[in-house]
Amino acid sequence: MANLKDLRNRITSVQSTQKITKAMKMVAASKLRRAQEAAEAARPYAERMESVLASLASSMVGQVGGPKLLAGTGKDHVHLIVVATSERGLCGGFNTNIVKGARQKIAKLIAEGKDVKIVTIGKKGAGSLRRNYSSRMVKHFDMSHVKRLSYGDAAPITDYLLSAYDNGEFDVCTLFYAKFQSALTQIVTAQQMIPASYNADNVVDLGGGAYDYEPDETEILEALLPRNLGVQIFRSLLENAASEQGSRMTAMDSATRNAGEMIDALRTTYNRTRQAVITNELIEIISGAEAL
Amino acid sequence: MADKLHFELVSPERLLMSEDVDMVVVPGVEGDFGVLINHAPVVSTLRTGILEVHNEGAPELLLVRGGFAEVNPEGLTVLAEEAMLLSDVDRPALEVDLKNANEDVADAKDEAQLREANKTRDRLVEILGVLDLVA
Repeated sequence: MANLKDLRNRITSVQSTQKITKAMKMVAASKLRRAQEAAEAARPYAERMESVLASLASSMVGQVGGPKLLAGTGKDHVHLIVVATSERGLCGGFNTNIVKGARQKIAKLIAEGKDVKIVTIGKKGAGSLRRNYSSRMVKHFDMSHVKRLSYGDAAPITDYLLSAYDNGEFDVCTLFYAKFQSALTQIVTAQQMIPASYNADNVVDLGGGAYDYEPDETEILEALLPRNLGVQIFRSLLENAASEQGSRMTAMDSATRNAGEMIDALRTTYNRTRQAVITNELIEIISGAEAL
Repeated sequence: MADKLHFELVSPERLLMSEDVDMVVVPGVEGDFGVLINHAPVVSTLRTGILEVHNEGAPELLLVRGGFAEVNPEGLTVLAEEAMLLSDVDRPALEVDLKNANEDVADAKDEAQLREANKTRDRLVEILGVLDLVA
């Protein structure tokens, strides 16, 4: 039987763990609120951008020689997979799920004989992908210095992707991140960034009119596409940040609850043991007295 | 009272303005243009400049940098990379930033740093240039 002192120590240690997880949960909850607000605030821009792009792109359909960012390189051989994960752990299945999604896609592409290159954002995903695919990892973006995500933080990633695309280093770029739905559910999403994808349903009906373009259509598209890429990346990073906090909050909540259950169980054992010890002592005293 | 133009100003970080106004003067890349209700559909890129929002009373002035303006039957949407109220612009702070940026350009050790520093500097020069015109 475990001795009383050990049990007491274990109870204290679980209690202090519980305190930590509880604090982490509360911190995550407040960060989540902020991250969620930021993600929601960024939504209008991305949506408007998409609808402008959609109307421009749909008017370009069928024309030869559209910008490369929209039309693609005409090949489908080298795939660049961008995996956005968090800088910190202890957030439940958040990173694992994203990496799992990316891994499946990578395995599928390799099986199809495509060339796959990997870019990682955030060290958690980089760590677990490095195990299998270290030779394919071309670039890593460290986001640990970022306290509050701003549009400027997404710019280096956008610049890198654009210049790599210009140099013909890849044909298709897909971004993996977790879309925030609620604190309980985050959906791993694969979004094709290059060539740009858009939703044709977003085209605003002009009532028979057509847009005037200033300067001309191609020039606008050429300016808009890189910006759209930046906005999409920025938006996914924001979604990711909210998802991370949501996931951490849920994970820490269940950890706190688990610790509570553990403490209860340990305390029951502790009390039982204590009573058993007392009973034993009493029996010894009584049988000692009877023997006299 | 005539119908009003629905105007939205959004930056990547947030929706800055969404209201019905009389007229907006947009700093287009090929010149300023005023947008009233029932304007023909236009898509234009923006240059760094002053956006005027005319509603009752004195026009509101905003500094915008980079982005697009789109006019469609639903109204005018300005997607600005950066936008701030002209009255919020802190000119001395910008000048300090410019001085720092110039030093960064001088101190840049490799090409990436130089490019980054140049970008910051150009941005500040552009904004200050616009401020000079207004002052």
